[in-house]
Amino acid sequence: MSTETRARPPAAHRRPGRLGRAEPKASDRRRAGVGRLAAVLLSPTLITLGLVVGYPVVEALRLSLTVTDQHINQETGLIERTGQLGFDNYTGLFRGESGARFLNALWNTTSFALATGTLVTVLGVLMALVMHRAFRGRGLFRAAVLIPWAIPTAISALLWRWIFSTDGIANDILNTQILWTTEGFQAWLSVVIADTWKTAPFIGLLVLAGLQVIPAEVYEAAKVDGSSPWHTFWKITLPLVKPALVVAVLFRLLDLLRMFDLPFVLVGRGKRSVETLSMLAWDDMQNLRFGPAAAYAVVLFAYTAVVAYLFIRVLGADVVGRGMEGKR
Amino acid sequence: MKNWLRTLGIFAIVAYCLAPFYWMVVSSLRRPADQFSNALVPAPPSSDNFAAAFDPNNGFARALLNSLVVAGVTTSLVLAIAIMTGYAIARLDFRGKGFVLGMVIATSMFPGITLLVPLLRVFTELSWINTYQAMIAPSLSFALPLAVWNLTTFFRQMPYELEEAAVVDGCTPGQAFRKVILPLAAPGVFTTAILAFIATWNEFIIAVSVVNRQDMKTANVIVATFTGQYRFDQPFGTQMAAGVVVTIPLVLMVLFFQRRIVEGLTAGGVK
Repeated sequence: MSTETRARPPAAHRRPGRLGRAEPKASDRRRAGVGRLAAVLLSPTLITLGLVVGYPVVEALRLSLTVTDQHINQETGLIERTGQLGFDNYTGLFRGESGARFLNALWNTTSFALATGTLVTVLGVLMALVMHRAFRGRGLFRAAVLIPWAIPTAISALLWRWIFSTDGIANDILNTQILWTTEGFQAWLSVVIADTWKTAPFIGLLVLAGLQVIPAEVYEAAKVDGSSPWHTFWKITLPLVKPALVVAVLFRLLDLLRMFDLPFVLVGRGKRSVETLSMLAWDDMQNLRFGPAAAYAVVLFAYTAVVAYLFIRVLGADVVGRGMEGKR
Repeated sequence: MKNWLRTLGIFAIVAYCLAPFYWMVVSSLRRPADQFSNALVPAPPSSDNFAAAFDPNNGFARALLNSLVVAGVTTSLVLAIAIMTGYAIARLDFRGKGFVLGMVIATSMFPGITLLVPLLRVFTELSWINTYQAMIAPSLSFALPLAVWNLTTFFRQMPYELEEAAVVDGCTPGQAFRKVILPLAAPGVFTTAILAFIATWNEFIIAVSVVNRQDMKTANVIVATFTGQYRFDQPFGTQMAAGVVVTIPLVLMVLFFQRRIVEGLTAGGVK
C-alpha cells in the first residue's frame, strides 16, 4: 500500500481540465457545473445518512428530554400517557436503583474499553513486529490472522461461552473449576479475553501496514549510528507508526464503548458484572421505556464523541486520512 | 530479532488466531454423546450436530436466507449510492468537501443503540417490525460510511490523466466516469462489497431488536437463541455446528480475498 502523497504537477503546469481543477480565473460556469454534479452525486448519501443517522440522533435527544407520565383520566377512566419536556430521564441516571445500575454500566463500559483497549494495542503492536518482514506476503498466514476478525461477534461469543463452560476446555487446561459466565470478576475477564482474541490480530494488521511504509534506510541509518533494537523501537518505529496506530486504536475504542453482542451472548442480559451502556439502553428500550433508554443512548453518544474529540485533538488522530489528499 | 524467535512468534500468532476457531470446528464434529470430551480430535467424527442445527424446528435454514437477503440488499444499495459519492469526493473539486467527508466518517462512529432507540419507535409506528427493511435501513448507517470511505480512497489512487485523456477525446465528465473510471475501479468496488457484506452479515444488535418472529430472525440471532431438547440445557454442539455454517462463507471470502480485504481495511487507517 503506497502512502506517499501522490506526486502531481503543481496546478500552474497543468492543463485546465474539465473536472474542476481549473485555474482560479477559469470559467465560473464550469465551476458551478461541477458543483451541481457534486450535489447530484452526493445527495443520495446525504439523504440516506440524514434519515438513518441524523434524524435518529436528534430524535434520541428529544426522547431523552421527554418525561412520560401515566395516569388515569378521571372522566373517561382510561389510562392516559402524557409527555412533557424535562430532565427527569437524566436526573434518574444518578438517583436510586436506576442510578446505581447506570453508574455500574458506565464503569463496565469504561473498564472494558481501558482493559481491552490496552491489551489489544500491546498485543497488536507485538504481532505486527513479528509479522513485519518475515512473512509479509504469505497469503495463508494473512488469512489465518483475519479469521478472528471475520467470525461474527455473536458466534464468537457463543464459542467462548462454550470454551468457558463449566466442563469446558478452559477449565480443563487451567485445571480449575471456575464458573466463568456467571456474575463476578471472572465474567468480566471472560469478555475481555474473548474481545482481545477477536480484535488484537486486526490491530496487528493495521499496525503492520503502518510499519511497511517506513523506509528501510531509516533502520539502516539507526543501525549505523549504533542504536539498540530497544532504542530503535521507541525512538523510530513507534513514532513513525503512531499515525496508523492512533487511528486504529481510536476506532477500536469507539467499538468497545458501544459493546453489546459479546457480553450479551457470552454472559447474558441483565448481568451486573458485564452490563454495558448499550445493553442497559437496549434493556429499557425492550421494555418500552424509551425516555430512559434514550437518555442512556445520548450519554453513550456524548461519551464516544468526547473520546473521539480527544483522540483527534490531543493525539492528532487523522481519521479523514487519505480521503482528503489533494484537497485544495 | 533472531530467526528462530521470529518463527516461534509466527507460530504463536497462528495458534492464537486459529485455536479457538479450531475448537469450534472440532466441537461441531463430535457425536452429541461426546460433547463434553476435550479430546483434540473428534473420534469418531459425526455430522449429527449439523443435522440437529438444520432441524426444521430451529428455523436455521430460513435464518441463513434472511441473513443473505439483509446483507445482500444492504451491500447492493450501499454500493450503488457510495460509488457516486466516493467519486464526487475523490475527483470533483467543490466547496465543503472536507466537511462532507468528515460528516460521513463521523456517522460511522455513532453508537448503534443511539440510532436504534428512536428508530424502533418509528418502525413500530410504520408497522415495520419483523420486516427486512427494518433491518436493512439501520444497517445503512454503518455500511454506507464504510463504503464511501473505501471507495473514496480507491478512486483517489487512480491517475487523474485517465479522465483528462477521456475528456480530451470528447467524453463528458459523466461518460469519463462510466466508461473509463468505473471499469478500472472494479477491484475497489469488489473489495468494498466484501467488507460491507461481512459487516452486515455479522450485525447483531439491530437484528435482535427489530425482529421477534422466528421466521424473520437472522442467522446470528437464531443461533444465539437455540434452545436444547431440554430447555435449560444449552445445546453447545448444535450451536457450534451452526456457528461453523454461519462462518464458512466468511472464511472462504477471507481465504480467497485476503489481500484485497487487508488493503481495504488499511486504506483508511494508514496515511
